Amino acid sequence: MANQLQQLLGQFLPEPFDWLVLTVLQIVALIICVILCVAYLTLAERKVIGYMQSRIGPNRVGPGGFLQPFADVIKLMLKEVIVPNRSNSFLFVVAPLLAIVPALATWAVIPLFPGFVIADINAGLLYVLALTSLGVYGILLAGWATNSKYALLGAMRSAAQIVAYEIAMGFALVGVLMASGSLNLGDIIEAQSGGVSNWFAIWLFPLFIVYFISGVAETNRAPFDVAEGESEIVAGFHVEYSGIAFAVFFLAEYANIILIAALTSVMFCGGWESPFAGWEFLQGTVFAVIANPSLAWFAVKIAFFLFCFLWFRATFPRYRYDQIMRLGWKIFIPVTIVWIVVECGMLLLKIGPWGTVL
Amino acid sequence: MWHVAVEDWPLGYGLMRRLIQLLKTFTLWELLKGLQLTLRAFFRRKVTVQYPEEKTPQSARFRGLHALRRYPNGEERCIACKLCEAVCPALAITIESEARDDGTRRTTRYDIDLFKCVYCGFCEEACPVDAVVETRIFEYHMEEHGESIMTKEKLLAVGDKHEATIAADKAEDAKYR
Repeated sequence: MANQLQQLLGQFLPEPFDWLVLTVLQIVALIICVILCVAYLTLAERKVIGYMQSRIGPNRVGPGGFLQPFADVIKLMLKEVIVPNRSNSFLFVVAPLLAIVPALATWAVIPLFPGFVIADINAGLLYVLALTSLGVYGILLAGWATNSKYALLGAMRSAAQIVAYEIAMGFALVGVLMASGSLNLGDIIEAQSGGVSNWFAIWLFPLFIVYFISGVAETNRAPFDVAEGESEIVAGFHVEYSGIAFAVFFLAEYANIILIAALTSVMFCGGWESPFAGWEFLQGTVFAVIANPSLAWFAVKIAFFLFCFLWFRATFPRYRYDQIMRLGWKIFIPVTIVWIVVECGMLLLKIGPWGTVL
Repeated sequence: MWHVAVEDWPLGYGLMRRLIQLLKTFTLWELLKGLQLTLRAFFRRKVTVQYPEEKTPQSARFRGLHALRRYPNGEERCIACKLCEAVCPALAITIESEARDDGTRRTTRYDIDLFKCVYCGFCEEACPVDAVVETRIFEYHMEEHGESIMTKEKLLAVGDKHEATIAADKAEDAKYR
């Protein structure tokens, strides 16, 4: 599809510009998709948590509450943005942008379906790690620029937490890197082709769990949401944010959640690969289509992990701050290191589906 | 188990317990149990009452907006005894009275301040002639300053409008009094 579009553009645009226009179009399309997903993730969150609390959640705006996200957005856009008097007003305005840019930019390297990725770079995994770490700057700057005790506390908590979990997350990805032998996310998915038994989630199960929980911590979601801590420090780093500035923070948080869900499915659950890929008896039946790699499988996996995010929020009470640090430094890092050593053994003994990597 | 000193435990007991604990920790056993609970709740019947369309059942003793009642012949019941004014814990009732031409004592002013009222129902209990009552009406609002004062006219109007319901509710409650 992309190639046809490029040929079409090539007819009336000179050489480098057709590529440029095509890429910009792809970026815009992807960002619109992500933002729409964010909108409906907020609705899904309220619905799922409502259901888990025996309520039915928002159902008044549009059929079944379907237009609720738009009502929320319109409300937030119409509200006044208040910049506190003694804050650093430049950083105060820039901080939400710094939060949202990495959350959206990381999507560039994520392969959505076979043969489609906006930026097919070989250092994809490094790019992902770098940009997800950058996200914390928005939170830190917001906390500092606000010039409020609560905001600063929230920002500091968030920074310490992200430093702790970034390492475990990095180690978990080292395991993926060793198993796939590539930093390119497309190659990582290819390395997991051939059905559910070849997914890294099976062979690197501890790393998978550590990565996902670190992802929850990284996005400051319950039960690791001390940075917001509404019962302790009001709203943490975004106490003083209102209107569209708050909406941008909100968007960044949810874009990050979708991103973590997408990354988890790429790294550990074979991205767009089908779990039934190796099942011969499906061939020739109407069910053959479910064995094909497709965007639908990627969406299903993302949806599952997003549901987990909401499920965790409805289930677990917030971790105490020292427990968060203990979990990050004293449990996750040792677990990942142990499993990397085990994985080394598996590679040397050629156990597991990736025996050919070394 | 707590009163037994650790060194008196059977050999390997503490070790076994710690091993089980370790296993439970690393399999996230307790967390999975929690997740199971919320997942079950996810599919449970929802208890939300969709308010304007659905309403919860109301008791005959419901204490909502106040009303002043009349006798069937149209005479107002209130005799200005001021027992309700005296019993009112929130001092929400103000009564002034005068002798009418036929020699009976009647109120010239009977105000209930709805902002002061705590809807305790003491006025209703105190009334010897069942004049002041609290009705089932609870969906009302004020738009302007001073509308929260229910004057005698307004109270009588509420009573006239809902006399049938009020009488039925009083009759139902009478056997418990």
